[in-house]
Amino acid sequence: MNIVTGCGNLEAIRKEDVQKVLDDFAGQELYIHLETTNGVYTGFRRPDQLSVGAFIRNGKIRYSRGKITGNGPYRVGLKMESGWVYAEGLTDWEVDDKGRLLLAGHHKDGKLAIALELSKEPF
Amino acid sequence: MERHVLITFPHPDDEAFGVAGTVIQYTRAGVPVTYACGTLGEMGRNMGNPFFATRETLPEIRKKELQEACRVMGIKDLRLLGLHDKTIEFEDEDEVADKIYRIIEDVRPSLIITFYPGFAVHPDHDAYGAAVIRAAMRLPEDQRPKIYCKAFSQNCEAYLGSPDIVNDVSDVFDQKLEAIKAHRSQTEGSLKEWIPKLTNNDPDLVEWIGKETFWIYKGPVAV
Ligand SMILES: [Zn+2]
Repeated sequence: MNIVTGCGNLEAIRKEDVQKVLDDFAGQELYIHLETTNGVYTGFRRPDQLSVGAFIRNGKIRYSRGKITGNGPYRVGLKMESGWVYAEGLTDWEVDDKGRLLLAGHHKDGKLAIALELSKEPF
Repeated sequence: MERHVLITFPHPDDEAFGVAGTVIQYTRAGVPVTYACGTLGEMGRNMGNPFFATRETLPEIRKKELQEACRVMGIKDLRLLGLHDKTIEFEDEDEVADKIYRIIEDVRPSLIITFYPGFAVHPDHDAYGAAVIRAAMRLPEDQRPKIYCKAFSQNCEAYLGSPDIVNDVSDVFDQKLEAIKAHRSQTEGSLKEWIPKLTNNDPDLVEWIGKETFWIYKGPVAV
C-alpha cells in the first residue's frame, strides 16, 4: 500500500523564529484559520463531557502587533485595531511551501487540539 | 442481486468499519458500486506521531487514502462532492440533496446505503444522511431504490429496534481490514490496538468487524 505523508517541515516551535514571521506579517491584510476542538465524539464516548469546537477559515485580519509567549506550549496574541486574536496550547509550527505560517497544538498522540494559521492568500 | 449500489457518506473513512465488507462482497459478485463522498474530512484531528500531516495537507492525504480504499473495495466510481467537513448541516438542504440526486439519476442504483438521519452521532453524518433521503424521496415510490442505513447513536436501538440486516462479512475479513488500513491517517491508532486482539481471535472484535448491520429506512423517526 502507498503510504502518503505530507507533514512538510512541521516541527517543535522555535519561539524566536515564529516571532520573526509574526513581525513580518504585521500590518498586512491576511487570511486567518483559527480552530480548536476537543473532538466531535467526546460527548458520545463520555456523556458527562461536552463536545466543543470552533473554527474560522479565511477570516480577513490585519494586526499591528503579534507576539508569541510562554515556554512551551506557547501562546500567540495578535492585537488588531479593535480587538484580539488569541491562541493557547501551540506546540508545533512550519512556514509551508506557500509561505503560510502554520501553528498548531498537538496532544502527545498527534491529535490536533488547536490550529492558528496565517496566509497572504486565502487558504 | 443488486443492479448497482450507491454508498453515500460524508467522510472518507465512514465506509470503512461498517460497510466495506458488504461493498467488497458486491463488487466481487460483479455489482458496480458508486461512492458519493461528501467531504475530504478536512477537520480530522489525527496528524500522527511522528507527524504525517498538517491541517493544510490532510485533505489531499485523505483523498489519496480514499482512492486506495476504493481500489481495495473494488469501487471504480468515486464521486467527491466537495463539501467541507463539519459544515454540511449549515448548507442549504436542497442544494446538498440536488448534488446527490444528480448522482442517483446518473447511476440509477437499486440500493443506496447511507447514515440514518438522527442516529449517526456526528452532525455531518445526520445532515448528509438527511440529504440523501431527501434526494431519494424525490423519486416516485415505484422507482425508488431500497435504502439501508447505518446507525450507531446510544439510543438507536431504542427507537429503531434491532438492525434489520446483519450481514456476515467474515468471508472478506482480510480485505475489509485492508480497506480500513487504507485510511491510515484515521485508523492507524485503532489498528495498533487491534493487532494483538486479532492475533488472539478476540471474539468481540472479530464479531464487530465480521458483521455489518443495517436498518432499512422506514421514514423519519421522532426522538
Ligand atoms: Zn464520519
